[in-house]
Amino acid sequence: MSFRTWYKSQKQTRKFHPGWIVIAVGGVLVVAGIIAIPATLVAETAPPPAAAASPPAASGHGKAPGAAMPKVIEQTPGPARLRNAKTIQVDFSPPPDEAMPTDEFGKAVRLGKDIFTDTQTYARQYVGNKLNCVNCHLGAGRKADSAPLWAAYGMFPAYRDKNKHVNTYEERLAGCFRFSMNGKAPAPDSKEMVALVSYSYWLAKGAPLGVELKGRGYPQLAEPSQKPDAVRGKQVFEANCALCHGVDGQGTEMSGRYVFPPLWGKNSFNGGAGMSKVKNAAAFVHANMPLGKGNSLSEQEAWDVAQYLDSKPRPPDPRKGKSS
Amino acid sequence: MPLSFIVAWMPGSRNRVLPRPPHLPARATDFRSLLAGVVSIAWGATGASLAHADRLAGATLAQQGGGGAPACMTCHGATGEGQAAAGFPRLAGQGQAYLLKQLQAFADGTRKNPQMAPIARSLSAAQMRDAADYYASLPGWKQAGAPHTPSAQYTQGLKIVTEGDWSKEMPACFACHGIAGEGVPPHFPALAGQPTAYTQTQLSAWRAAQRTNDPLGLMQAVAEKMSDAEIAAVSRYLENPSRAGKEK
Repeated sequence: MSFRTWYKSQKQTRKFHPGWIVIAVGGVLVVAGIIAIPATLVAETAPPPAAAASPPAASGHGKAPGAAMPKVIEQTPGPARLRNAKTIQVDFSPPPDEAMPTDEFGKAVRLGKDIFTDTQTYARQYVGNKLNCVNCHLGAGRKADSAPLWAAYGMFPAYRDKNKHVNTYEERLAGCFRFSMNGKAPAPDSKEMVALVSYSYWLAKGAPLGVELKGRGYPQLAEPSQKPDAVRGKQVFEANCALCHGVDGQGTEMSGRYVFPPLWGKNSFNGGAGMSKVKNAAAFVHANMPLGKGNSLSEQEAWDVAQYLDSKPRPPDPRKGKSS
Repeated sequence: MPLSFIVAWMPGSRNRVLPRPPHLPARATDFRSLLAGVVSIAWGATGASLAHADRLAGATLAQQGGGGAPACMTCHGATGEGQAAAGFPRLAGQGQAYLLKQLQAFADGTRKNPQMAPIARSLSAAQMRDAADYYASLPGWKQAGAPHTPSAQYTQGLKIVTEGDWSKEMPACFACHGIAGEGVPPHFPALAGQPTAYTQTQLSAWRAAQRTNDPLGLMQAVAEKMSDAEIAAVSRYLENPSRAGKEK
């Protein structure tokens, strides 16, 4: 019996129309497509399921801090920066300074860089502490994994949970001044803001818009196997950080300028700053500290030292009016 | 000072003056903080006059030598400016703690140098301190002479020294050694004005792990990212650094 005669006989008996097979197969393919395509994207960016699903092997060990971080998580390739598994990360390198234009726009870019690296001089009236932008955004805002400007620029405007509305890039920078610099924001059309936006825009020249670039923000760490602990953190601090930042965390000042920034107290960022969140500080520290030796502390040490920083007083979050 | 001693030893005074962190054992903390208190009181009372005496003794050592050690100035220059041709480092204006640490390191072999090792070993602890005090008290490097047209190498040096190269995780020299390379005591020595040959030798030694007496291995971590050309450029720049780095 050929397919044609079988098809006709089925059609005539009216018990089962073969067209349903076509519809059913088509439906399965559509459903499979909906599931499979995003799954492929997830697979490109997400850590291998075996590593991600393994329980932290060393949790509960009575080992010294630092030795306690399970190897499993250490080996997971770049798990941390994946805030959103659906994003595809793109490599990007900002243009070299030598390529900075020399026209009027170039002047704004140059001023933006000056403000960024020496905020205390070039944007003095907007700063309420002793920090410079470059303290948290290393390498004049260029260093990957240290919240580089080129990776931030193309991600705005964006909705932010922090203030529950869509923020322009200018408003994002204003947040830095208000919280991280414990000051007040330059107006969106002020020469300082125009310069900072120009510098960011120039650094992001050639980057795709609205795309998560590799190296954006601080690479978020996996949950620590041991609860972050300020007492262990104090030991980490004194062994690895106090050399430059001082045992009292107040940084090192040389002829009126801070070579190493104060980490707490009245001269540091306030309680509303992103860096005042333990997870952000841990991520920054792990990727970038001690300077030139990023990724040398264990993740647990980074969590602990961040918890220690969090235990210290700092100016209050201006939105709350009390210390946090 | 006697009154301070009595107050410090009075029963009950320790906890009142220096509250003890709850997680530390009581006895150790109290003993240490007490000792620190006593030492700092003694230091405060006598420090100024002692430092002056040390400096004079250091000057004698520098100019005449002593106890088997030749005069420092034979190699390091009449005013501690170093000797560019031979690559002997500038000592004038260098941090006291840094100088002392290096002398101790030459003596105990943690910094290897065939010329300095026997000299450092012949010095007493007091003489080392005297010499360090003396050279630290001398004026640091100041730029002199008209700015010259910078070579490509000098410009490359300027860039590394002030900005580093973060594409390979290499921080700027001046991020730790001071905004103009003037040093950040006690750990980070002055770099400005050091002879090219000296800086070049040291960076190469850090990179090859032949010099390892840096805190936290910080210098080694930086040097191992540097190419020969970068070491040469940085060393060249630091001998006569100019903030602007361009002719005017």
